[in-house]
Amino acid sequence: MAMTGVLRPGHAQLRVLDMEESVKFYTEVMGLVETGRDSQGRVYFKTRQERDHNSIILRETDRAGLDFFGFKVLDKATLDDFEQKLQAYGVKTERMPAGELLETGERVRFVLPTGHTIELYAEKTDVGNGMGYYDPDVDVIDGPGIRPVRMDHALIYGGDIDGNLKLFTEVLGFSLVERVKLEDGETDLATWITCSAKAHDLAMVRHPEDGKLHHVSFLMESWEQVLRAADIMSRHRVSIDIGPTRHGITQGTTIYFFDPSGNRLETFCGGYQHYPDMHPITWSWEEVGRGVFYHDRQLNDAFLSVVS
Amino acid sequence: MATPTFNVLITDTGERYRCRSDQTVLAGMENLGRKGIPVGCRQGGCGVCKVAVLSGEYQAKVMNRDHISKEDEAAGRVLACRIRPSSDLEVQVLGSMKKNVCYVRKPLA
Repeated sequence: MAMTGVLRPGHAQLRVLDMEESVKFYTEVMGLVETGRDSQGRVYFKTRQERDHNSIILRETDRAGLDFFGFKVLDKATLDDFEQKLQAYGVKTERMPAGELLETGERVRFVLPTGHTIELYAEKTDVGNGMGYYDPDVDVIDGPGIRPVRMDHALIYGGDIDGNLKLFTEVLGFSLVERVKLEDGETDLATWITCSAKAHDLAMVRHPEDGKLHHVSFLMESWEQVLRAADIMSRHRVSIDIGPTRHGITQGTTIYFFDPSGNRLETFCGGYQHYPDMHPITWSWEEVGRGVFYHDRQLNDAFLSVVS
Repeated sequence: MATPTFNVLITDTGERYRCRSDQTVLAGMENLGRKGIPVGCRQGGCGVCKVAVLSGEYQAKVMNRDHISKEDEAAGRVLACRIRPSSDLEVQVLGSMKKNVCYVRKPLA
């Protein structure tokens, strides 16, 4: 399938309560690579396999949550095109200057109907995955920390998820993969959308507060790696929400857990490929427990309530 | 030498449990399988474990200002997951799992 337009989730800036504690967590427990610090005091990370300079940025402040979530687009022409399309759709956009975020080009920033700040960008410095681009070795030998493959997606919580769905599908070329309906059988409780062939690149749940983060998710190579992640988490007394288990929605195996500021993260593996010719999957309200937690077959209290 | 351990009383339910000075009030409750204070992220991000400390001394980590204002903190309204006891404590539960659009409670089926 031709990949044009939005390529993939590119970066997430998280608010943390204690930077030193957080850097230790993201380095030693998550096994991310620190790649820089800027004059604002933000700390930048990437996974070992990612080639771009950063995918997680931490900013220390007095409340947790997601500052913004960025998607990489194909090239500068695509970025300009999306900027125009967003404006034509009635969305106010702002250009963040190149370099404001380290090693990242200009970012087109806008706010979703659910209050979340989203960015699109075309350039981020390729620092490589350490193996080089000529006759590389393969990066498969184990190392310390969870060491996910990549920052994969986020699940955001807010009110007007219908407005979000319309914006992402009509303006940015995403397609709907799965949805959960509320009791009325009509209104969406939640939607999963993709800009690629992944089971989702972004998901959203209807929630009375706007701008909230449910989780930022990291991809693992295998179920064995997910189990290993849980072992590392308990070794470090990390707060685990649920898992290792499996989602009915997207079929992915998963652990939900919290960083030291209470931002929920996920380490997951699996899912399926979704192409634009495929029918979306619909879950009823009555089966949402099995949809979210396929083995428990009921929601836990935290899934709908605990957000940052 | 053993880590100092104190009694925590949850006044709403009368639940009483032992909590080490190096454990958070929330973790002390959970580790012993007790209930009373809602358990969320356990790290200060979500605010569901908010309590009022009615008596006793504690050490506190930085509070999330989305959930605990400076006035709250000064008045002893804090997150149970961010405080460790330095004496016996009495706490009253203020937090809860938020009511939201769709609260699900159904039996395993």
